[in-house]
Amino acid sequence: MSPRDPFGWLRRVLFGDVTRRFAAASVLLAVVAAIAPARDLFRDWRRYQRQYLRLVRVRPDAAQVQRRFSGGIQQIWIPELQVVDRCTSCHVALKEANLADTSVQPFRKHPPIPHSLTEFGCVVCHRGQGPATSSHEAHHATEAWEEPLLPAKYMDASCGQCHLAPLRGTPILNEGRRLLGRKGCVHCHTITLADGTVMQPTDDPPPLNHIAEKTTQEWIFAFVKNPQAYAASASMPNFAFTDDNARDVSAFLIAKSTPSGYGPKLATKQATPASTEASALAEGASLYGQSFCASCHAAQNAAGNLVGGDLGPELTRIGNKAKPEWLEEWIHDPSGYDADTTMPHYRFDEKQVSLLTTYLLSKTDSDLLANVKLEPATQAQIEHGRALVVEYGCASCHKIEGIKKPEKFAPDLSREGSKPFAQLTFPKGVNHALPDYISSKIRDPRSFGPKLKMPKYTLTSAELDSLSTALLSLTDRANSIPYRLRIASPHESQYQPAGRAGRLISDLRCFSCHAINGRGGDMATDLSWEGSSVQRQWLVGFLKNPNTLRPALIRRMPKFNLTDAEINTLTDYMLTVYQSPSIDPEMIPGGSFTPQLVDQGRQLYYSKYHCQSCHVIDTKQDKGYIGPVLSQVGLRLTPAWIFNWFKDPQLLRPGSQEPNQHMTDEDARALTAYMMSLKTRAKTEAK
Amino acid sequence: MRNPVMLFLLAVAMAGCVKHEQVSPLPAATAKGSALVEVSGGKQAQRVGATLDQPIVLQVNDAQGAAVKGALVRLAGTSGTTFEPSAGLTDESGQFTVLVSAPGQAGHFEVIASTPGSDGKAVEIKLDEIALGYEQVLGRQLNAQFCIRCHDPESTPERVSNMDNLDPKPHAFTEGDTLNKMSDADLIAIIGHGGEALNKSASMPPFGYTLSKPDIQALVSYIRVVADPPYHAPGEVYANK
Repeated sequence: MSPRDPFGWLRRVLFGDVTRRFAAASVLLAVVAAIAPARDLFRDWRRYQRQYLRLVRVRPDAAQVQRRFSGGIQQIWIPELQVVDRCTSCHVALKEANLADTSVQPFRKHPPIPHSLTEFGCVVCHRGQGPATSSHEAHHATEAWEEPLLPAKYMDASCGQCHLAPLRGTPILNEGRRLLGRKGCVHCHTITLADGTVMQPTDDPPPLNHIAEKTTQEWIFAFVKNPQAYAASASMPNFAFTDDNARDVSAFLIAKSTPSGYGPKLATKQATPASTEASALAEGASLYGQSFCASCHAAQNAAGNLVGGDLGPELTRIGNKAKPEWLEEWIHDPSGYDADTTMPHYRFDEKQVSLLTTYLLSKTDSDLLANVKLEPATQAQIEHGRALVVEYGCASCHKIEGIKKPEKFAPDLSREGSKPFAQLTFPKGVNHALPDYISSKIRDPRSFGPKLKMPKYTLTSAELDSLSTALLSLTDRANSIPYRLRIASPHESQYQPAGRAGRLISDLRCFSCHAINGRGGDMATDLSWEGSSVQRQWLVGFLKNPNTLRPALIRRMPKFNLTDAEINTLTDYMLTVYQSPSIDPEMIPGGSFTPQLVDQGRQLYYSKYHCQSCHVIDTKQDKGYIGPVLSQVGLRLTPAWIFNWFKDPQLLRPGSQEPNQHMTDEDARALTAYMMSLKTRAKTEAK
Repeated sequence: MRNPVMLFLLAVAMAGCVKHEQVSPLPAATAKGSALVEVSGGKQAQRVGATLDQPIVLQVNDAQGAAVKGALVRLAGTSGTTFEPSAGLTDESGQFTVLVSAPGQAGHFEVIASTPGSDGKAVEIKLDEIALGYEQVLGRQLNAQFCIRCHDPESTPERVSNMDNLDPKPHAFTEGDTLNKMSDADLIAIIGHGGEALNKSASMPPFGYTLSKPDIQALVSYIRVVADPPYHAPGEVYANK
């Protein structure tokens, strides 16, 4: 062995002459050619299948389980969905009912869902790479595959690809979709669902074109700086304006404000000196309660808890915001200031207006504007304010004099759930995956760059997850699935009642709470078939004094102080137009019930159907407190409605708590007879 | 091995084989307690993978029962459970608050909190939480719509409980002692046909004409998962994990 060439002997053996060189090359080729099949022997799925067989071998039901097992690569192929899923090669027991007690992966049974594996495969819901045969490639993002598994908490998003309508089993998705409208996301971002529906905002940002009548520059300054300092529940996001910018924006808004419908009145009006008497305050507070303002408006109570609805703005510090003379006019008739407001036109008299104003103006926080001192605005400030208002897209939500609502102000989110990985940037500390990107972007947009215009919203972590879920449902697949698999979103109804009653329904903003023919809110009863349901006398009385039905509810129908003529117009219209096509008023003629039938109905009520578990007729004896009190139902509902209600409550009011008892016609008729005999007037009403 | 270079290379190669896991340094405890108690946050139900609505609040006490500030609390749990943060020191009032996210598998899961005790032994406390799968989430929705008014003793301003108005009283769904004795078939029959058909209270109406079979199955699945003590399905359990 030469010391200078220690491997010389090896070179001579392998490459000594042509034959040796050829032999060495052949051996090398054989080794290389054998590597690929040898690697196949060590694939994940082979290992897992061996593990699975070892796992079930010791079970008493081994023979059964083994018979249902088939080895090798398994594949679900659904050409029309472009699904090629080999997940079942490792997840071998997804359909194995006997292994429900196994918690070790990948051998768990799939939990029950309404769809079958062979119908949709795996990746349609779970994402990941279906054709992959190694665990890492199937589950994680690789250079060639950008879509990793979807974390379990966003799983509702997958349902939303086909189900564009709300689904009972996906509360998070439903809430997320609602929030996209309610938080006003779709003012700036366009979202077109796969069926072509463009999502519409459901919040009600106030117009700012007359704002100088309503409030002061100081208040606007403070609010724009930090909306949540004025009202914890304010839906306006925080734009993180500097003091100078907030001053300029408020200066511009005040300068551009024009007189509203109140203008002429406000010019001559002297604000009624706010009475600070305790009695006036107490009277105002009780009128606030009687008018059920809290059905829509929240306010902090003494304990600091927010009490009331979220349809209107929070009123905890309304005294800091509203100018007294404006507030009086607003309570008098809101539509003069904002024609599109959801607030109804109450028919308050002068005294009531003054009481409510006094009460509301007392709701102040002395700290809020204490340190806000603004000099009169200069022209340069106003110009700069205008530039800021344009830059931050304020007119996307608010009506502002002289500035048009910007088109395509923010990115279109219609395919956000499939946003290519190459288009994502991540701030430090955020996991590099699409769900984390979406969630962090909504939580703190400016962490992605201080120049981003998107403001910061105040969201709970549940709201954040819901919104992320709704955005993750907007995938490419949602747009490419076959038409027959798509459950379309509910159509937005444009229903508008006509004539004098129609004008009244608009003026009272009935649609803010009630739905009619597919349009309107869900706070109160759907009125589409109200004409089939109630008796004329009762409806007249209810509109006069609505405090009789379900007195325990917090959110209730307010008293609008309607005139008799107005009540007649509304009643006539509702009874004529809002008739259910499936209820024939002649079907059960009232007044034809024999006392025997009434008695039979009473027995059915108490003995067979146990209605007293949920309803009260005799206030001394019955206790049930779920359905409405029935002691005067014979004065309220029509016999035909009651009969049909007994036959199938869900048909008349989908989602009603009362189950369908599958009654015979005889039982339903007897119970109707009993109901119609219940005409005890409440004592307070008889007076 | 005589060659020091070879030895060095071997050491480098072996060091490369050891997997480095990113371990965030534990905060240094300034005190130790002798008891760990749950303040709030146990027995919550949340859907798989999501964060529990309420954080878990734990308190470290000393032998006299006084709160200990600055004691180290560490959290672990059923595989897949995540904690934010997974370890930390107790605050002024001796409490430590942690956000918990449920694992991906439906069913009960365990949260194990521990603190090094003053006697050198670790003090441990186990909390039981519930993760809801698709079927149980659907069941919870149905429960909120149809059942809760009578079957939940708790009242809220929006929802007054009707339980006390009924005789016999309905069973709360958490009443595992009673409900675990009923088979799935029994529960499905009672929900579908009403109480009277099965010699139970006639106050329970039949829901078989209102809810579909999968809906009723989902309700049963929800009732089973919230049962306390926990429900165990009949039949032999073969899996040892």
